[in-house]
Amino acid sequence: MRSLPDLIDAGFKTLEVAVEAMILGVIIGLCLALIRLSGRFGITWIATIWVELARNTPALLQLFFFGFGLGAFGINLSPYWIVLCALTFNNAGYLAENFRGGFRAVPDTQMKAARSLGMTATQAYLRIVIPQVLRIVYHPMTNQMVWSVLMSSLGMLVGFHELSGETQFLASKTFRIFEYFAVTAIIYYVIVKLILAASRLISWRLFRY
Amino acid sequence: MLSVAQSVQVFTGFQVSDLWYMAEAAGRTLLISIVSISIGTLLGCVFGWLLSISRWWGVATLGPILDAFRSIPLIIQLILFFNFFPIIGFPLDPFAAGTIVLTFYTAALVANVARAGIEAVPLPMRRAARSLGMTYWQDLRYVVWPIGLRAVLPAWAGVALGVLKDSALVSVLGYVELLRASQILITRTQEPFLVLAISGAFYFLLSFPISRATARLESRWQS
Repeated sequence: MRSLPDLIDAGFKTLEVAVEAMILGVIIGLCLALIRLSGRFGITWIATIWVELARNTPALLQLFFFGFGLGAFGINLSPYWIVLCALTFNNAGYLAENFRGGFRAVPDTQMKAARSLGMTATQAYLRIVIPQVLRIVYHPMTNQMVWSVLMSSLGMLVGFHELSGETQFLASKTFRIFEYFAVTAIIYYVIVKLILAASRLISWRLFRY
Repeated sequence: MLSVAQSVQVFTGFQVSDLWYMAEAAGRTLLISIVSISIGTLLGCVFGWLLSISRWWGVATLGPILDAFRSIPLIIQLILFFNFFPIIGFPLDPFAAGTIVLTFYTAALVANVARAGIEAVPLPMRRAARSLGMTYWQDLRYVVWPIGLRAVLPAWAGVALGVLKDSALVSVLGYVELLRASQILITRTQEPFLVLAISGAFYFLLSFPISRATARLESRWQS
């Protein structure tokens, strides 16, 4: 098992691309949710199409789309960007629905009460609405983070050397497919458990009162 | 004499017959999903029930196993399982291996859903049912089932849709379902964008009605 350091390195790469996709996904997902909720701008349909496409097609298809589909237009992304784009697309779609549910769950009266206490609209949003939404969507967001890690394993199919891709590479060098993938499975398990533990720790700090 | 380019046509464009080919492959996607979702749901309900009645032994034994199915990427599970059987001397065909893994994956996800459903029924209500003279199974059938089902149907539908989409990963083992068929067509037609868009439309056609139907059912039950 001389290749364990390689696998661990690859594990960090997996985590890196998953976290980046998650951050981008949160930002875009928030925008999509607000666009869909506001119903203005005349671009609601773009957000709706994005969300429905991301939620109703397999992640692997989305990955192939960014990998091979865009190639038809002469846009050739590197494996890293393919994975990042596909994951961001997927995360944003799922998170948008979560955020929409979160915003819906905060009653309008909260906003009105905040405004009548003399807060500006921005203040009311940042101090009253967003913290409550965050609390509601925190758990779904943790799940999405785990999904993000699991989905990044599809990167092996477009030649991205994250944990799975690296495993496949090493396994095809030695033909010890089962052994390598068993180790990889354990590493994934550990990563997911670490994420869940971290999220529990953060939520404990964040939602004390 | 014909030139090589004329006599041998390497790439042919997308034809109507290819659409039929993809529809057949979509049927296979549907088949493997329906088989694994139905068996997986049954198994998952049993597991969920075991988790809910056990004090610690079920959670201690079943919990980590189900947990593993949920925290290891499906693609890794498929590769592991597919490569495990030749080692012990029983090579499996891709369909069987894919179905088994998808079934257990579904069962692991449904177990939590079922458990949440059982726990959604308040304990006093179940005690009331028992004190009215219902047996344990009658209580499960006529009290827990209708109430729990309403509580977790959206979650179950989410799982089913997820499995339908994740069945695309079985293509890695070589089972020719929708995504694999699209890859084959891409290789032949060299029109990746078109083919992927069509297969995306097929997936959309399969999963969108289900998500709409459950959303409607959910809103009707809540009102």
